[in-house]
Amino acid sequence: MAKDLRLRSLRFGPELTGAATLIGLFVLIEILIRIGVINGYIVPLPSAVLASFGRVIAEEGVLQRFLVTMGEALIAGVLVTIVGVSLGVLLYKITILRRATETWIAAFAAAPIVLAYPLFLVIFGRSALTISMMGFVSGLAPVILKTLEGLLGVRPTLINVGRSFNLTPAQQFWKVQFPAAVPAIFVGLRLGLIVALINVVGVEFLINFGGLGQLINELAERYDLPGTYAAICFVILISVCFFIVLERVEKWLRPAS
Amino acid sequence: MDTASPPSLRTSQNPETKTGKPLLVIDDVVKQFATPEGPVVAVDHMSFAVEQGEFVAIIGPSGCGKSTLFNIVGGLLGGYEGNVTVAGERVSGPHPAIGMVFQEESTFPWRTVLDNVAFPLEIQGVPKAERFERARHFIAMVGLNGFERRYPAELSGGMRQRVSIARTLAFEPKILLMDEPFGALDEQTRLLLGDKVLQIQQELKQTTLLITHSITEAVQLSDRVVVMTYRPGRVKRIIDLDLPRPRSSEVVSSEAFGRYVAEIWGDLREEASRGMHDSEAQSR
Repeated sequence: MAKDLRLRSLRFGPELTGAATLIGLFVLIEILIRIGVINGYIVPLPSAVLASFGRVIAEEGVLQRFLVTMGEALIAGVLVTIVGVSLGVLLYKITILRRATETWIAAFAAAPIVLAYPLFLVIFGRSALTISMMGFVSGLAPVILKTLEGLLGVRPTLINVGRSFNLTPAQQFWKVQFPAAVPAIFVGLRLGLIVALINVVGVEFLINFGGLGQLINELAERYDLPGTYAAICFVILISVCFFIVLERVEKWLRPAS
Repeated sequence: MDTASPPSLRTSQNPETKTGKPLLVIDDVVKQFATPEGPVVAVDHMSFAVEQGEFVAIIGPSGCGKSTLFNIVGGLLGGYEGNVTVAGERVSGPHPAIGMVFQEESTFPWRTVLDNVAFPLEIQGVPKAERFERARHFIAMVGLNGFERRYPAELSGGMRQRVSIARTLAFEPKILLMDEPFGALDEQTRLLLGDKVLQIQQELKQTTLLITHSITEAVQLSDRVVVMTYRPGRVKRIIDLDLPRPRSSEVVSSEAFGRYVAEIWGDLREEASRGMHDSEAQSR
């Protein structure tokens, strides 16, 4: 019985440690606010944030807004994946194109694209499309760069194995190079989706339109700090959902990873 | 033992074999690379032949052009002078009759042992059930039964190399070409895997060309040993090994084994010293 319990705690060790760390952090913040080390007018009490969840769900329609933001982020994520990976492959295949654009794409990854939102407003109007497109454009560069890095980093021996088995160029790509590059591509997708989600919520906030970003804006305007932080928790939930899906897909593509 | 005549005389235009019906012929092959310091000859007028069912080892010091020759014979490296032929057909690219086992770790980490070994059959379009059945046969041959569902990351270096060998055998090549397949393994594992290779050789009568820098490995496994010179790589001497078959790693304790090892080391010592001095001079 005791052995069983020990095994179970070993299996769920990381999750339990993670949860305990988070709870510990909240307790610490709560204490620091209550004794006045952290200003309670700037950071709300974690217990107040927790208590505001019911209110935010019932009165602010957070679930519906969660779905709106999730949908916008999903569109951005799908576009980032399809276009980013395809462009990465294209740059890998066409050396001159790679040499001509790689530096620009790296610079593009560091650019504060969110500041270009007025341009997107002019093109797409004050709509969900603007938000998704902003997310898509901002998340593109890391996916392209990591796809390229993954394909360029395939071990020459694996390519030689393919050649020794007389693989066609298409077989060489799909059976050897692409699966070998999958771990790097997924690193790019994780980065790209994080950036896309930040930009989706950021643009919602800036143009006061759509889902959680708009809600955070409104709650902040009302100086409802516990509500604002509760809404931010839902943004984190979207991020968690994306990560779980990505992890599943990666596990499916690379079971050993 | 054939040591009487200089290799350049006995092998130049028409590489000899015991029966005169070689499966693989390396005839007057020259390969040079362009470098900033000028052209470097890696392989220089190399000639020898391998008969059907024969196990030939090529041995030489590091940097003598062994791997260059491996890549030429495997069709991975073109632009060479001379001729490499398999059953009379010139090798000008990867040849379906040649299966290659590489020195570096070459299993596909995203595939299980079974999927790795079945890979060449999948490429050939063999139906799933049949290819798995055939793959299982080769997995059993290399002694990896029970590991079919494991991924390479879950296996030791020696087991991964056995997966690579099984995968190449599943390709059913006429010639098995191996480039220091056990180079990264410890001596004991090498001897045990050598036994496995000997068993396979016995069972399949597999024509094999082994590239190695290990004298004991070459003598343990081969019928003939081609000793190469250090830069440019030439045939220094071809030694016929008169050791019994079927053979096992126990052969290493025989007197004849020790004699062959000493004899090959006698040939290699001068070449290895040249190689060492050369690399020391380069690092100054």
